This record gives sequence, structure tokens and C-alpha cells, in this order.
Amino acid sequence: MNKRKSMFLVKISIITTFVLLLLFAAGRPVHAADIIAIDGSSTVYPITEAVAEEFGAVNRSARITVGVSGSGGGFKKFCRGETDISDASRPIKKKEIDLCKKNKVEFIELPIAYDGLAVVVNPANKWAETMTVAELKVLWEPKAQGKITKWNQVRSGWPNKKIKLFGPGVDSGTFDYFTEAIVGKAQASRGDFTSSEDDNVLVLGVAADKYALGFFGLAYYQENRDKLKVVGINNGSATVKPSPKTVENGSYTPLSRPLFIYVRKDSVKRPEVNEFVEFYLKEGPALAREVGYISLPSDIMSVVTQKYRKGVTNSIYSGNPSVGKSLKSLLNNSVALK
Amino acid sequence: MNNLFGHRRRIYQRWAERTFLVAAYFALAVSLVTLAVLITDILMTGASRLSWDFITSFPSRRAGRAGVYSPLVGTFYMIVLTAVISFPVGVGAAIYLEEYAKKNFFTSLIEINIANLAGVPSIIYGLLSLELFVRLLNLGRSLIAGSLTMVLLILPIIILVSREALKTVPRSVREASFALGASRWQTIWHQVLPISLPGILTGTILALSRAIGETAPLIMIGALTYIAFLPDGLSSPFTVLPIQIFNWVSRPQHAFAVNAAAAIIVLLGVLLSMNAFAVWLRNRLQKRVSW
Repeated sequence: MNKRKSMFLVKISIITTFVLLLLFAAGRPVHAADIIAIDGSSTVYPITEAVAEEFGAVNRSARITVGVSGSGGGFKKFCRGETDISDASRPIKKKEIDLCKKNKVEFIELPIAYDGLAVVVNPANKWAETMTVAELKVLWEPKAQGKITKWNQVRSGWPNKKIKLFGPGVDSGTFDYFTEAIVGKAQASRGDFTSSEDDNVLVLGVAADKYALGFFGLAYYQENRDKLKVVGINNGSATVKPSPKTVENGSYTPLSRPLFIYVRKDSVKRPEVNEFVEFYLKEGPALAREVGYISLPSDIMSVVTQKYRKGVTNSIYSGNPSVGKSLKSLLNNSVALK
Repeated sequence: MNNLFGHRRRIYQRWAERTFLVAAYFALAVSLVTLAVLITDILMTGASRLSWDFITSFPSRRAGRAGVYSPLVGTFYMIVLTAVISFPVGVGAAIYLEEYAKKNFFTSLIEINIANLAGVPSIIYGLLSLELFVRLLNLGRSLIAGSLTMVLLILPIIILVSREALKTVPRSVREASFALGASRWQTIWHQVLPISLPGILTGTILALSRAIGETAPLIMIGALTYIAFLPDGLSSPFTVLPIQIFNWVSRPQHAFAVNAAAAIIVLLGVLLSMNAFAVWLRNRLQKRVSW
């Protein structure tokens, strides 16, 4: 009796192993070389996914993989030479440039779209129609922690109620950009706010609390207009609400930012990578709009394409944040220098 | 006097029993209702999205055209590979510790460590695998690296469960076998293992069910999100259902949340069929036990 039992087990394992071997033998062997490996920002992911999908439709043999490690996580892999392209929602930082240099990874930086950061409150909030950058700074800077806890501490006349704050994860490029633009130093922020990597959690949080305030990518506000109210930002010269138009024409400052892909220069030598990047530059703007971002104006796109074709390496920001800098003039300079 | 105390004690005991029963029912109800609410919510959101196309389409930017083909196949491959590697190693380790190992300082050190490892957060295994498999052994972000990560994650559980199952085999069975002249190996292979097999299998399947829902360690080793081709080798890149679900849940468009719900139903289906397979296997093996 026991023998039959053991035989049954042996049979089962033999069959499983056999099936497994068969499954793998059936496929052709994969060479890492023909895969276009992309990783990085979750903000840029939808654009890259769309481009990869379309590229796959016209180019059936293309094998593209896209990961979501965040801008920082993406650069870590990119600068070790593990990926061909890195998605980023902020420019590459100084220490990441150094890492790339150490590993002899040369890169071409390509802006591919704009994104706005929306500051949002609950629809029942009737007082905060607009906020100045200075007020946002008072609210978010590190020394506000535990001290600035009520709305009337931000602007007198606002309710004497506890303010509840929501923000994206501290590893995200979005958080980096917001702190840079508002507080003046990336990562400088109070720590006592509800943070989530999943922006929909922030949407729900702000939608559920009359006295809440949060910030995240414009696309999340546009998909949830009925649950949220957007705050106009007064940057000293004008008060502007975020919209595709105000982000594109540059009037929504300082909370508009460019999104990037970084292409490894050595990878461009591979025809499939080159084709993919060319395709990205051509179809990217339309696809970016489709998935909820703001495309770069065509004159900027043509400079970006020139930059790519000339193979202009390094970052136009040289390790500094992109806040308050004109993308167009920086791009023009870098292409002209070559 | 004695009678009076006895009476009081009886009343107290009856009262205690009832309270305990109510508390137990309450605990059961809380967990069942929570589960029911979650499943109903998922079914109501995702059921309409479920179709053959959803199963056989690759991910897409258009929520209505996106599917779970590559993550589903990736999950399947990863689980089969994980099972094939972890089962022999785990059961082998359990047999050694339970049947062969001498009780000394060294084995108790191993035992303590295995028990501790079973409680280590999964992300730690991800960190370990990133260095060990992905970078040091240069396996890359491949199917085999992902499976080995999962093997590490569930190996302590399999070893613990298998040891418990081996412990349930009565001493008398072993002694009878030895008395009839069987060697230790014959005793284990023909007596101990068949009796404890149902328990071992149940534990293994439960451990695999845990692995199937894990995301953190796979994200840590850099498993991917968008793949429009199927894994076709051990070194092929891959993605799994939980990662796809996580990605869809965090997208701004509501249609992706519906996709995520549908993908959760698929994942639940995979889990249930795995558990059903385990029950079938156990029943089949149990019927034959007679000694």
C-alpha cells in the first residue's frame, strides 16, 4: 500500500518536472541583448507604457520591459548599467551623475512631457480658494512640524480647525519637486503628514475630510474633479489654477515640472533601442496627452529630437533641480554647444 | 456550605462557558463578515470586466483593452518553479532535523534560526535576493531570481510545517518498522513519509499561497510591470499578478481600478484552484494510509 503511495508522489513530481521542462524548451532562448529594459518613475510609467504598447503594435519582434522603481530606484539601476532607459519625474541628481560616471554609463537626457502638481482641498472648504507660495512654505517647511497645525495659522481669518495634510511618498520625484519648489530644498519637509505611494489614497483622504489639504499630480485631480477642489497658486505675480493650458504655457509656476527619459548612450547603438527612442520622440506628445499629461510644445520637441540625434550627453541641470528654469533656453544652449 | 459553593461554581462555569461561546461566535462573525464584504465589493466592481479577452490580453494604456495575460502566466511559472525547488529542499531539511540530526547545540541553533526566519518580513528577503541572486549570481531580474526569492521566503514555513507533520507519526510505527528489520531510510520512505505526507502537502500549499500574493520582495528585486511577451526561459523577465494589481490600483483613471478588481478575482481563482488541488491530493493520499 505504502509503495503505491510513494509511487504516486514520484509520478506526480516527474510529470511536473517534465511539463516544466517542456514549457521552457518550447520557447526560444532569450538573449538579454534584444530586450529593451526600462525602469523608473511611476509618474512617467503610463507614458512609457503607452509608447511601448504602440511600438509593439508596429514592431512585433520588439521586446520591451517597463518597471516601476521610482525615479531614484530607476537611476540606481540605470547607473549600474542594468537598464537601457530610465523614466524620471525629476532631473538626475549630482550623486546619481557621479554613480553613472563611476560605472561609465553615459546618458542622453530627454524631456518628454510636462506635469503639474495640484494642491487640493475638500470641496466643502470655502475659504482656501488661493494660496501663496509663502503660505504653502509656512505649512510644509520642516519647522512647521507640530507647530503649524491649524488653518488660521496659515492665514488669519481661516478657521481655527486642525489641518490634515496628505502628500506622496518621500521617495517619489513628486515629493522632491514639491519640496524644492515650495520650501526651497528637495526633501525638506515636515514629517507629520499622511504619506502614500498610491496617489488614490491621497485623493480619498482629502475627499473624506473637510479640513484636509494635499498635493499630487494633476492627472489625479482631473480624474477626481467631483471629489476635490483645486487651490489656485499665487506665485507673487499672478494667481493661477493648474490646467493643461496653464501648465503648457508656463504660467502655472512653480508647480509645473518637466518629465524625462534618460537613454544610455551605449544602448542607442542597438538598432531596436534607437528605433524605440525615435518612436518615443515622435509619438510621445500625443500619447502623453492621452494618458493625462501635458505634451511639450512642438518647438521644444524638435530641439529635444535634435539633442537626441546629436547625442548630446549629460544633464542640462548638471545635478541641480529643475525648479524655476526655462526648459527651452537650457535645451537650446545644450544643443548649440555641441 | 459545600453544596452552596458547588452550586455557585456551577453557575459561574456555565456563565463563563456561555460568554466564551459568544466571544468565539463574535470573532468568527467579524472575520467572515469582513471577508464577505471584501469579496462582494471586489466581485461587484470587477465581475463585469472579467472575460476571456481580459485573460488573454497583454497590459495596455487603455483600461478597456488591458488584460492580465503576461502577469497570469508569470505567476503560474513562478509558483510552479518555486514549488519544484522548495518542496524537496524543505522536506529534506525537515527530515534531516527530525529524523537524523542529533540534539546538540548546533541543531538547536539551526532550529531557532529557522523559527525566526519564518517571521522575517518579506521585504528583507527581497533585499537579500537583490544582492545575492540578481547581482552576485548575476541572474538579473529573471524568473529564476524571482522564484528563488520566493523559495527563500517560504522555505522556513515548509520546514516548520513538515517537521510538525513528521512529529505526528507515532513512535510505535517507527519502532515496529525497525523491529521488522527495516533500515532508517526504509522506515522514513515507506512508513513515516507517507503518513505525514498529507500534512506536509497542506503546509506546502499554504506556504505557496502566501508566495503567490507577495509583491514587496519582487518589487525589491525589480520585477517588472509592463511586459507584452511571455517568459520563455529561466532567465526571461517576468511580472506577476499582485504587481499588475498594485500598478492598476494606483492609476488615476477609475477604469483601471475596475481592472484591478477583475485581476484580483483572477488571483483569487488561481489561489482557490491551488487549494482545491491540495485538498484533492491530500484526500487521495490519506485514503491509502493503512498500517
